[in-house]
Amino acid sequence: MKKIGSKILTGPYIIWMIIFTVIPLGLIVYYAFTNSGGAFTLDNVVSIADTVNAKPLWLSFKMSFEITVICFLLSFPLAIILSKYSKNKNSIIVMAFILPMWMNFMLRTLAWRLILLNNGFLNRAFEIFGLNSVYLMNTKAAVILGTAYDYFPFMLLPIYNAVAKIDEDVISAARDLGASGVVVIRRIIFPLAMPGIISGITMVFVPSMSEFVIADMLGGGKVYMIGNAIEQAFNSGYADIHLGSGLSLSLMGLIVISMLIYKFFDKGEEGHGIW
Amino acid sequence: MAKKLIDLVGITKSYGDRVIIDDMNLFMNENRFLTLLGPSGCGKTTTLRIIGGFESPDKGKVIFDGKDITDTAPNERPLNTVFQKYALFTHMNIEENIAFGLKIKKKSKSYISDKVKYALKLVNLSGYEKRMPDSLSGGQQQRIAIARAIVNEPKVLLLDEPLGALDLKLRQDMQYELIRLKNELGITFIYVTHDQEEALTMSDTIVVMNKGYIQQIGTPEDIYNEPQNAFVADFIGESNIIGATMVEDRLVEILGTRFKCVDEGFGNNKPVDVVVRPEDIVLTEPDYGIIKGRVMSAIFKGVHYEMEVLANGFEWLVHSTVLKEPGTEVGIFVDPFNIQIMNKPESEDEEVLVEE
Repeated sequence: MKKIGSKILTGPYIIWMIIFTVIPLGLIVYYAFTNSGGAFTLDNVVSIADTVNAKPLWLSFKMSFEITVICFLLSFPLAIILSKYSKNKNSIIVMAFILPMWMNFMLRTLAWRLILLNNGFLNRAFEIFGLNSVYLMNTKAAVILGTAYDYFPFMLLPIYNAVAKIDEDVISAARDLGASGVVVIRRIIFPLAMPGIISGITMVFVPSMSEFVIADMLGGGKVYMIGNAIEQAFNSGYADIHLGSGLSLSLMGLIVISMLIYKFFDKGEEGHGIW
Repeated sequence: MAKKLIDLVGITKSYGDRVIIDDMNLFMNENRFLTLLGPSGCGKTTTLRIIGGFESPDKGKVIFDGKDITDTAPNERPLNTVFQKYALFTHMNIEENIAFGLKIKKKSKSYISDKVKYALKLVNLSGYEKRMPDSLSGGQQQRIAIARAIVNEPKVLLLDEPLGALDLKLRQDMQYELIRLKNELGITFIYVTHDQEEALTMSDTIVVMNKGYIQQIGTPEDIYNEPQNAFVADFIGESNIIGATMVEDRLVEILGTRFKCVDEGFGNNKPVDVVVRPEDIVLTEPDYGIIKGRVMSAIFKGVHYEMEVLANGFEWLVHSTVLKEPGTEVGIFVDPFNIQIMNKPESEDEEVLVEE
């Protein structure tokens, strides 16, 4: 009885998955391996290796890597500090870092535009302090900054959760056995937070790889990432859904492969994160 | 004369308005099994954490082997701690757990591996090197925690209710193991517990604490047989504590009847507290006791019967292997030697200082 009941309950979700995941994925695979005449071809899938596409792909990879590193370097120490403050559970400080997540990410990105514009808030503040203006708008740096800002909570939260779960006595025990603060972080906190770190890296790196809206808004068309290339294939005047599907599929494959490689090098600590 | 190893001088610690430890003075000798005993919130764990360096006192000094270590970080103190919830490093196997302290001290590989083997043998867990902590039972994990601490050859091992999370049978086994370990290692154990039986079984010296004050220091026999005040008498084992008057040396008036006793020097006609252990009360035929009473209830407890006897308006708790049915008229007899006289405290948390 119970089994049948739970099967009925999973029904809607299975239908949802079929309509919104399986079928679209199937369509992408179908379009990726066919040309406009409907005949089988590998052209679309391998076109990611063309210079036109390989360059933005490499740029996306480099930038995602940089974004992930920035997010991690900010999150890990912050998570340790926050977990110390939040021993009294209902921490307002943790809240302060999560609050921006409640706002639509387009608005957040628009706000960065206003800050970074040549006569934006940043430069006006610089002017007050008598500093030279910086022209960040429409540069790679602006896109990295904006994306890192957007994805930062996705890195912070899983790491914070993992660090906060570490028993205070375990840290005391390490101190007691002679470990200095640095050794405690390196040998105890870092490995114990590994599942959270893996989740965080995955949740920042993967979506950054296919990012294109922030590149548009803060890069002003001058930062052309693989996400932009795919978007163009679907949306531009000479739209080619076969090419777009092929690029998407190849990108997906590359991301899966890179995550597998990453997991392979990270064996030992089992990462049962959110992925 | 044993050597003084740790000396706490005028330690005071409070959290906000709450005073946890008030001007505590205590020294601990080399190669002793010293137990800090008291109810929760009495300051025993805080005392241990101050010795371990995890808390710093508001006032006072911690002297270790003649050196002031009050401001020394825990990782630089020559002592090790065993925590109540084991606190093993779950991402390392047993060998790595035990070797943690030695690796930090940069000992050679062969030295470490010998030491780990030796430590595992000491706690009867040889061959567990490659196991992960999660795959061990609670008792085994606590033994690993002990091995991880003693492998560093500390002069003092601090144990914070290490058996608190174990079940009764395992706890009793571990008590004997800890005594054996202490004797084999020849180091000082400072043990924190709220379990009076555990304290009586294992310790050379017991420090009874309440509300941040030391109530009594002594051997288990001293503490049990000659409690210095009503708190100690009540906390250690079951007892009858009765307000009484010391008529003169060796004579005390309890509930209107005069009892012979062996205590002297309390003065004449002075109010005192009297403690009589339930097992020291002998129930006789009505006319052969010192006072007469009636059995109100009797419960079988395994080793003995626990009876309540109403006599002179007080319910006496009596432990005896001989059952007297409820309703029976009985006489109560107490050997003078078994009547323990205590000064009445001025206030509940009055400090009672007794030199070891």
